[in-house]
Amino acid sequence: MSDLPRPLPWLGVIGQVPALDVSAPSGGPVSAVLPAPLPVEAAAPEVTMATAAAAPEVRAEPPWWASVVSKVRSKFKTPKRPGSGLPARKIIVWLRNARRVSQTGFLLLFLFLLVRTEFRGGFAGGATVRMPYPVEGFLLADPFVALMTFLSTHTIYRALWWSVGMVALTLIFGRVFCGWICPFGTLHHFFAWLIPNPQGATTGGRRVKANMTHGYQNAKYYLLGAFLVAAVCGSAIGGLFDPICICVRAIGLAVLPAANYISGRGLDGLSQTNIHALQLGSDATRDALVATVMQPRQYFFHQTWVIGALLFVVLLANRWIPRFWCRVLCPLGATLGVIARYALVGMEKDHSKCTDCNLCLVDCQGADSPQGGVKHRHDECHVCLNCEVACPEDVIKFTFLPKRTSLAKAQDTLDRRKVLTTALTGAAVLPLARTSDTIDSNYYDRLIRPPGSVPERDFMERCIRCAECMKVCPNNALHPAFLESGIEGFWTPILIPRIGYCEPTCVLCGQVCPTGAIQKINETQKLGDPVRHIEPIKIGTAFYDHGRCLPWSMATPCIVCEEFCPTSPKAIWVEEVDTPDRNGHPVHVQRPHVDPTLCIGCGACEKVCPVQDRPAVYVTSVGESRSKTNVILLETSNYNRS
Amino acid sequence: MLGASGLIAWRRYDRGGWSVGDQGGPREVRDYRVADHGGPSDFAVIRGTSASRPAEMVRHAVEALGGMRRFVSRGDVVAIKPNIGWDRTPIQAANTNPEVVAAVVQLVFEAGARRVVVTDASCNDPGRCFQRSGIWSRAHAAGAEVLLPAEHRFRTMRLRGEVLDEWPVYRTLIEADKVINLPVAKHHNLAKYTAAMKNWYGTLGGRRNRLHQSIDMSVADLATFMRPTLTVLDAVRVLLRNGPQGGNVDDTQRMNAIVASTDQVAVDAYGCTLIGQRPENLAYLRIGEERRLGTRDWHTLRPREVALRDDGATERYGLIVPAGVSPSDVAFDLHHPAPRIIT
Repeated sequence: MSDLPRPLPWLGVIGQVPALDVSAPSGGPVSAVLPAPLPVEAAAPEVTMATAAAAPEVRAEPPWWASVVSKVRSKFKTPKRPGSGLPARKIIVWLRNARRVSQTGFLLLFLFLLVRTEFRGGFAGGATVRMPYPVEGFLLADPFVALMTFLSTHTIYRALWWSVGMVALTLIFGRVFCGWICPFGTLHHFFAWLIPNPQGATTGGRRVKANMTHGYQNAKYYLLGAFLVAAVCGSAIGGLFDPICICVRAIGLAVLPAANYISGRGLDGLSQTNIHALQLGSDATRDALVATVMQPRQYFFHQTWVIGALLFVVLLANRWIPRFWCRVLCPLGATLGVIARYALVGMEKDHSKCTDCNLCLVDCQGADSPQGGVKHRHDECHVCLNCEVACPEDVIKFTFLPKRTSLAKAQDTLDRRKVLTTALTGAAVLPLARTSDTIDSNYYDRLIRPPGSVPERDFMERCIRCAECMKVCPNNALHPAFLESGIEGFWTPILIPRIGYCEPTCVLCGQVCPTGAIQKINETQKLGDPVRHIEPIKIGTAFYDHGRCLPWSMATPCIVCEEFCPTSPKAIWVEEVDTPDRNGHPVHVQRPHVDPTLCIGCGACEKVCPVQDRPAVYVTSVGESRSKTNVILLETSNYNRS
Repeated sequence: MLGASGLIAWRRYDRGGWSVGDQGGPREVRDYRVADHGGPSDFAVIRGTSASRPAEMVRHAVEALGGMRRFVSRGDVVAIKPNIGWDRTPIQAANTNPEVVAAVVQLVFEAGARRVVVTDASCNDPGRCFQRSGIWSRAHAAGAEVLLPAEHRFRTMRLRGEVLDEWPVYRTLIEADKVINLPVAKHHNLAKYTAAMKNWYGTLGGRRNRLHQSIDMSVADLATFMRPTLTVLDAVRVLLRNGPQGGNVDDTQRMNAIVASTDQVAVDAYGCTLIGQRPENLAYLRIGEERRLGTRDWHTLRPREVALRDDGATERYGLIVPAGVSPSDVAFDLHHPAPRIIT
């Protein structure tokens, strides 16, 4: 991959190109293949026009306020367009504003759904707890997720068919998802504006250069190829790079808890002052935050700093490559890009009119070669419409059924050998990951999957690491795995009972799972029903560490574990014992035992064990319902009962 | 500059060192009891039938003590503390019956309260407990403010009890003019029986799991700290086994009883007999009595017992009160032991 611009030459007729600035001596025809680096003024028409208007005819000392006045005036005057001065089509200006509204709206919708991906309860709610609307909606409309899981499972899980709608939308309008809808794209759009390239400031040659098509933009297609091959081989690992997954994961597991922490500590500090008004204000603010966006308690996520740091790095990369993620890495963008090659709406360019002013490149989001003299990269275009609004010569037109000759073809852009090698990489990663310590051998004993999870191999085919389950878990029990489930299971959900246990009547993680890695179960399936002979879903089994247990080794009553055991009859039963203390006096204690036939592995006992650092009762995954091999008991054995 | 830095160094000098906070001092007490206005009784037991509505039983119980106006004054902020500890539905009887909660809220409003707050620091996820117990909807419908426990609503206090010293305490529950304890009678494997005194676990935050190592003393410490205005015990449906969480309807039994008293020890002494316990088996009752929190001998509290009958009439102290007569129209007078209907 080269960092040099690699536009595809337009081989049609190129007309005489008038110079941009009529007062300057006219130059010869500008090279159509690679435009020379432009002076800063060329890319900053507003500045040029404003200064020109303010310059007096007579050579006189301008008063000190002249520059101020001209600046103020330029704020209110519509700057004259450079070049031909033709105004942009009304509809396009309107559509660009519509795009901005759409981006803001969808980002807010996404954040709203994310914040609502939790159970808050309410007076109107009944005994059955469900999410009132599909909070995972963005993932359901994600064709990359649908395609990946289709290749790995050969099925489309439930509402993932929504993504067909997105395919249809892309077939009509191109990658409008990237430019108009994607919340991660909007974040990048915003950050590329917020932290522009330090050398090129906000406009100018470097910025134009940065927005030209680069070879590195092909990386995402190779990445997509590798992920799809990995999916065929049985791993949905591509979810690590899905932008919606990243958004849910990074904002839900890192940004929101961090914001909660900061606001909580700040307001705590206020409420600890002795000033009554500050205390009241702090309490009221806390109440308002908890009622709207914050959680009533601080959530913690296992190794979430990595997730936060990666988000930071990716957003910071906009400083060097605007919309770094969307252009270089996004596999969803690549999926839509492939589809967008066949879109009905596209760009048509009148190359003969182009003056090579490069204004179209100043705000180009996709780096899709909107400028004249080169073929348009339809697959890279986000349809943001900035180029057509900026074009002073009316060269660029978005239209239905554009002339295909100005569009680049796949074979122009992708290197067949690279496609092959990356595909092979995708195929090779899997056997390497799976011959390490996972799934088949040396299974990590505390790899507890959420209730309703499919067997581990199927789980890997489905789990896209979107973190919806972790966000929705009311007890903060589900966490992104670090290396617990091997390199392949990075950021898949695991249950860490010490932080939170699995609430027995809760089935929300399965409800929000978009791919069925956690199946949609109901309460009866989860809790079982002895009358109808339905076995409860077990996610593990509890064990006692007698050396640390108070009644077992310290002659001290406790059995909080038994109190919290939610099954009926309780899986933890107690043995009444009189045990001597160090002086030989008998102390009556109740010693807890686990009945593995009744234990569902929810981890409530581990959560509440008073031995704070390493609890005396802990859950491991053995006995989980989903596995036929990770078992203790013969199915017919009836432990502890005659 | 030198002067300023010297001043800061002098003012903010930290000698370091290792010390523990002072252990002494008197016990913290939050006493919400009202001065005795000489109500007709301090202990009422209502026995209904399976046809009696819980709200009706609660009303009879409070009327037997002299009516809610004895406890709540106009303009009061009243905190009601039911047991909303577990993610269970009403029929599983692990939480206070929502109808009982709603009835008490209504009585408190009728007595002129300005604001009624219903809350508890649950064991399971509070959102689920509040919603699935039905208390959220019923209390809300009755006009109460239902508050979910949130971290910032707790403040660390020195209780200076025997085993409870520094704990985060639920501010909402102690920052009220009157506090009404609204427990449900349940079996508890470690404490043997849980209701009124142990219900105060729900005023504490933090990691309550350590309390179980000395459960009787910590229950007594909490009951010493919290002295409620009134205790209304829900024994409409009682969890007999697998307490305090239950989960199986077979472990519960319908008892159709409401006990109301100003004395939390007496309520527990009476209530434990419902699940077949005896007051002398419960160490926390003994400690409570020793600390003069109340008496185990509820017979000394001028008890009143009312039996509701299926035909809507009530039988009280030998007097049959026909249906349609308001409980407040029955006069109790200490000088005329036999009650009579005011016409």
